[in-house]
Amino acid sequence: MKSVRTIIAALLLIAVASPLSASEIPQAERRTGFSFMAPETQTMQNDDTANPGMLWVLDGEALWQSKAGTAGKACADCHGEVGGSMKGVAARYPAFDKELGRPVDLEQRINLCRARHQQATPLAYESRDLLALTAFVARQSRGTAIESGGDPQLKPFIARGRDLFMQRQGQLNLGCTHCHDDNWDKRLAGSAITQGHPTGYPLYRLEWQSLGSLQRRLRSCISGIRAQTYDYGAPELVELELYLMSRARGMPVETPAVRP
Amino acid sequence: MPSALINVPKRAKRGEIIEIKTLMSHIMETGYRHLASGEVVPRDIITSFTCRYNGAEIFRADLFPAIAANPFITFFTTATESGKFEFEWIGDSGFSETASASISVE
Amino acid sequence: MRRPESSTRRRFLGLAGSAAVIGAAPVVTLRPAAATPATLATAIRNVVGGAVVRTGKVKLDIPPLVENGNTVPMTVSVSSPMTPDDYVKSIHVFNEKNPQPNIGNFYLDTQAGRAQVSTRIRLADSQKIVAIAHLADGSFWSASVDVVVTLAACTEEVI
Repeated sequence: MKSVRTIIAALLLIAVASPLSASEIPQAERRTGFSFMAPETQTMQNDDTANPGMLWVLDGEALWQSKAGTAGKACADCHGEVGGSMKGVAARYPAFDKELGRPVDLEQRINLCRARHQQATPLAYESRDLLALTAFVARQSRGTAIESGGDPQLKPFIARGRDLFMQRQGQLNLGCTHCHDDNWDKRLAGSAITQGHPTGYPLYRLEWQSLGSLQRRLRSCISGIRAQTYDYGAPELVELELYLMSRARGMPVETPAVRP
Repeated sequence: MPSALINVPKRAKRGEIIEIKTLMSHIMETGYRHLASGEVVPRDIITSFTCRYNGAEIFRADLFPAIAANPFITFFTTATESGKFEFEWIGDSGFSETASASISVE
Repeated sequence: MRRPESSTRRRFLGLAGSAAVIGAAPVVTLRPAAATPATLATAIRNVVGGAVVRTGKVKLDIPPLVENGNTVPMTVSVSSPMTPDDYVKSIHVFNEKNPQPNIGNFYLDTQAGRAQVSTRIRLADSQKIVAIAHLADGSFWSASVDVVVTLAACTEEVI
């Protein structure tokens, strides 16, 4: 009978919980994590003389000039002056690497350059030197609108990143989307839930009292919802980074940002 | 390689009050954290910060573990004559770093 | 009776299903705060001796609700003409519930121009912060602020 069918249909609708396609944030409502912070923390980011992330940028400036590897070359030897060659680069990362046939993030690109062109050993993830170089390069894109993900070769990887963002996982059975698409601007244990746009990486996180990469943040987010984290450099993390950056397209780069 | 970020105005008028901002790279390990094994991570902090203006000490600070990592310290002084500001950070495990900045006073 | 904190933490990490712990990285463990109002009073007494501490002249700027207890911006300013006869010699900042009562001591000279110092501090818990200024005439002045500190939302384990 019609009414029974209606009841069953209604019950099925309720049972489905949050439908995956529902919740992407409309363009006009997108906000950077900066806008959720207290004024004091915003000041810390905006003042280059007070932003602790600038300490790493300074280190990166020195590393840019120092010779490395058996080839005895510095970044500057091929790339010249950083402001000219690196402007806009971070705004379109992660980017597709032809040789590997998959996207790489900025940290991986720096290590690939070291291996392929400097004949130098790769820098460890989250090491001071790698963070410094990444922050120095990314800083050159400060103010530039993010344009990651435009390359058609990246489409399948963005789709995989989106699936990772949406999937329920871990003990709490939560997907990233449930907080960062559905519940942003609400509070969790006193802290604001942001929309999760990676506009300022690598950034100085007050919780870490150090500069850290987007991969570090993703790993702590994932362990925070009590799920199994991926190792540094895992393709899943790069796909997530890629999806997040393409989700933030149009927003300006803030590196080095400060976040709570 | 510990970096220091110093901000001193390059130029000032005689008698002008200027703000000096300093940022030094340092973990400021409190001595209250533990490894998973239960061992305490030993304290490793900057304990003292000094600023000299043309050789004379104008500002000094005693720092404790309650000062956050990468210590940020700002203070004021009166611009009296052209010359140099010298900054020194001293801490545990023989930590010792210096930096300097020049100023031209009209 | 001391709770075996490390074994509780290991069990918790196992339950959490986090990635394998790589032993070298330090784990932040919450310790019972060692400072108390009594320790705070002693620390203050070490600076002022038996002198009377009056309220006033000192302004302590700390956000009342702290974004993250690891790095809290703080500015202390003292209203003073800052002349060679009437100036602020030193500023001392204390806390109530960190493991240790002292935060920092700042020594100014007659040429400071303005008695104002900014830094960033760590706060282990919601608590009272006290700033005491020592003036050239030997007097002590103070201000205090009550600060609320909440922990970061998604508690980070070893990563």
